[in-house]
Amino acid sequence: MTQATVNAIGLTKNDYRGAPSTLCAGCGHDSVASQIIAAAFELSLPPHTVIRMSGIGCSSKSAAYFLGRSHGFNSLHGRMPSVTTGAHLANHTLRPLAVSGDGDTASIGLGQFIHLLRRNVPMVYIVENNGVYGLTKGQFSATADEGQELKHAGVNHLPPIDVCAEAILAGCGFVARSFAGDAKQVRELIKAAFNFHGAAVIDVISPCVTFNNHDRSTKSYTYGKTHESPIHDISFIPHYEEVTIDYEPGEARDVQLHDGPVIRLRKLHRDHDPTDRMAALALLEEARAANEFVTGLIYLNEHRPTLAETLGIGQTPIAALPEERLRPSREAFAAMMAELTGAG
Amino acid sequence: MQSPQPIVNEFAITAATVNGSGSQTANMVLMRAIFQMGIPVSGKNLFPSNIQGEPTWYTLRVSQAGYTARPATTPILVAFNPRTANDDLAQLPAGGICLYPADGPWQPQRADISPVALPVRQILDQVGVSQHLRPYAANMVYVGALAALLGIEDAALAKAVQHQFRGKSSAIALNLAVIRAAQAWATNTASPAYHRFRVTRMQATTGMMLIDGNTAAAIGAITGGVGVVAWYPITPSSSLIESLESYLPRLRPADDGTTCAIVQAEDEIAALGIVIGAGWAGARAMTATSGPGISLMTEFAGLGFFAEIPAVIWDVQRVGPSTGLPTRTAQSDLLAVYYLGHGDTRHVVLLPGTMEECYSDAQLAFDLAEYLQTPVFVLSDLDLGMNIWMSRPFTYPEQPLQRGKVLSAEALAKLTSYARFADVDGDGIGYRTLPGNPHPLAATLSRGTGHNERNVYSERPDDWQRNMARLWRKHETARRMVPRPVIDLHPQATVGLIGFGSTAPAIAEARDLLAAAGIATSRMRVRALPLGPEVTDFIARHQSCVVIEQNHDGQLRQLLQLHCPAYATRLGSVAWCDGLPLTAPFVRDQVMAVLEQMRELALVMSK
Ligand SMILES: Cc1ncc(C[n+]2csc(CCOP(=O)(O)OP(=O)(O)O)c2C)c(N)n1
Ligand code: SF4
Ligand SMILES: [Mg+2]
Repeated sequence: MTQATVNAIGLTKNDYRGAPSTLCAGCGHDSVASQIIAAAFELSLPPHTVIRMSGIGCSSKSAAYFLGRSHGFNSLHGRMPSVTTGAHLANHTLRPLAVSGDGDTASIGLGQFIHLLRRNVPMVYIVENNGVYGLTKGQFSATADEGQELKHAGVNHLPPIDVCAEAILAGCGFVARSFAGDAKQVRELIKAAFNFHGAAVIDVISPCVTFNNHDRSTKSYTYGKTHESPIHDISFIPHYEEVTIDYEPGEARDVQLHDGPVIRLRKLHRDHDPTDRMAALALLEEARAANEFVTGLIYLNEHRPTLAETLGIGQTPIAALPEERLRPSREAFAAMMAELTGAG
Repeated sequence: MQSPQPIVNEFAITAATVNGSGSQTANMVLMRAIFQMGIPVSGKNLFPSNIQGEPTWYTLRVSQAGYTARPATTPILVAFNPRTANDDLAQLPAGGICLYPADGPWQPQRADISPVALPVRQILDQVGVSQHLRPYAANMVYVGALAALLGIEDAALAKAVQHQFRGKSSAIALNLAVIRAAQAWATNTASPAYHRFRVTRMQATTGMMLIDGNTAAAIGAITGGVGVVAWYPITPSSSLIESLESYLPRLRPADDGTTCAIVQAEDEIAALGIVIGAGWAGARAMTATSGPGISLMTEFAGLGFFAEIPAVIWDVQRVGPSTGLPTRTAQSDLLAVYYLGHGDTRHVVLLPGTMEECYSDAQLAFDLAEYLQTPVFVLSDLDLGMNIWMSRPFTYPEQPLQRGKVLSAEALAKLTSYARFADVDGDGIGYRTLPGNPHPLAATLSRGTGHNERNVYSERPDDWQRNMARLWRKHETARRMVPRPVIDLHPQATVGLIGFGSTAPAIAEARDLLAAAGIATSRMRVRALPLGPEVTDFIARHQSCVVIEQNHDGQLRQLLQLHCPAYATRLGSVAWCDGLPLTAPFVRDQVMAVLEQMRELALVMSK
């Protein structure tokens, strides 16, 4: 193997792959999986420090198709957030990466999704959003657009739940939207999300080629390719010092993350300040009103403590605490018993 | 009325009050004071599902014989709730005493009892209790009056008040002053009730403590190494977690960060999800709930069983179905919990029946969950969990934590291959690797979907069958590991009494009543599911067994009949659930009736 095909920790891209995919050929979820593999490889993540988490659905199934050398949990429909929360509390040194679907997150799992964000469990949370239930064969999900048509389910008359807007309202500090057909953007967002100190949500429009890829669908490849309107050109820069290119003032915005890396947002057609919560919500609302498919980093705010920090968990993960710290001392125990028996 | 012989150290008091009025504090002072005199006591709090203004009854039993079941009758009534006073009075046996506020709207109208009208207002005036404290202090008037009538020692009273108001000197002074004033008034008022019932010092409580099962469980969990707790508030389990939160800092100081993360989840689904996630990642994790929460935890319980993840779930049972009677006790979740989950699911269930068992099962549950890599349920109930019981002090564990079969990176390095679910030891339990293990063989994707020995997705019938057969083998291992039943054999007995959990005191006392009626009995208290061979042996030894439990369908009896079908017809059932702890005379009468039915049936069958 040549030097160029290994990353900084000596692993090849293959080391980040999983089992062969069993999804339909062309499924958007497979494109996302390959960008997860690429991002983890490029970031040189030690596989054992990552856990891959998912619920139930085609999207959630795909957790088996990447990061085969990382532990993982393909859990229950809509309940991945609680399982991930527990894993974080037991071992906050692990970096969870989760894949979920629009049904998994916005229908059955909406409550757990919101509460995970409210608690700020540090993780990469990818919603592979196809506006449909793939695995149960083509029913509407709660993110289907008004007027969207499906072969068996007919026309949807209800407004969609906007995963990104919900995330911002729930206190999430990293909210992005992307398109499975925009590989580079997906990859850069995943890399940035991995370096974000908190819960990071990426809502990826990920077409279901079998049940919702017709031309009138707002979750189809054709729609995505013709309508995607990136807010900025995003690149993740792991080591800021090395960056030399200079931009004209106002042309690019660099946002530094707490550990040093930088997210560079090169301006395209519009001005958007992702650190402005109101602006982020306004952007989503304007895009909705104008039927625009806006992608990019919508909101960024790294100031909230993670759940482990809020609860005051120390450096050593709870799962690794020695018995002396998991049990009371004999003295503390005896003092308590003396008080209870009235002998103290 | 002439004064009959005083009844010494064997009676009960019922205080009928309004909830939210602080009467529970008064009852605890009374109970602790008598306990301080070395006399066995027990208390049953019958409270409404309400915060303020509804009727509540506290029954305090004093028993030199050491009986702690709910008493069938109480000869002393504190009638401090005019709304229920007529009904309460109707239940007072002839010769009883009724204390009531002289300045209230109600007077007892019965000639066969001794009324004691307490001048509550006058005593509070005399002590100078400020207006806002009067409703609370009023309860101390009956404490003081009873102290005089029963002969409670001054020192014991003072100690009880100090314990109850730990460190709050002004509260101690005020309450003691009210008690003393009421005591003086009762002593100086020639009452026929004076010393009709008496307490005299014994040595039966030396070194013992008064505690509730939820606190015992909390202390056990902290001693047992709990690292993650997720819960959603529900009566009667909330105080288990709240005790855990209050004992944790003093038992396990957080010098380098907390050693136990406690999260109030958004519901019980998330609570068990967090526990499963934490157990998967290597922490000892638990939750506590009651029936409605158990319903919500069903899907995760099945996942935990099938993906083989350690978890500890306390079910402090209350009366259902639905919201039911949230503040009353039951044993109706036994079957639901044993089989919780869809498909073929079966769990390990511990059945504590004493405070010491609540304490030790809280630790054992973690050892079993990690060793067996499965959810372990502990079935308590409102009576065990929230009522105050006497107990010997808990002992510090002598065994180290049993963390089960976990392969470290070093251990993996010595292996040539590794399969998560290979049954290398023949006990049905594979070897786990924890997330974070850097060895390349360590990683695995836990799943609730069908899988083979290597934990790879599989829909093959033979893989499914093999995996389930191993899970049943693991269940057999659990059968050998769970606590043995507590058995007390009577050499002559042909009748066995069987129960589990909080009915133990009523069954123990009923045995004495049955013996007095000429029926010798042996007793078995089942301590866990799955059931073991000792259970079969016990049933085989007795011509008839009566299974006594607090549910409608005789759930334990059903399990026993399945466990030893050859003896199914030997098993009679007393299944009763009205929300109240059983009384011994009720158990005696029911057992005698069931034995009679069984005899008749046997006669018919033999013809
Ligand atoms: C409790 C429960 N209810 C229903 C199902 C059936 N089910 C499996 S996947 C799914 C929908 C998945 O949709 P989505 O999350 O959008 O994933 P996709 O397949 O579209 O990627 C449903 C309803 C289930 N597994 N569990
Ligand atoms: S059904 Fe749709 S979502 Fe599922 S694998 Fe096929 S294309 Fe993907
Ligand atoms: Mg979907």
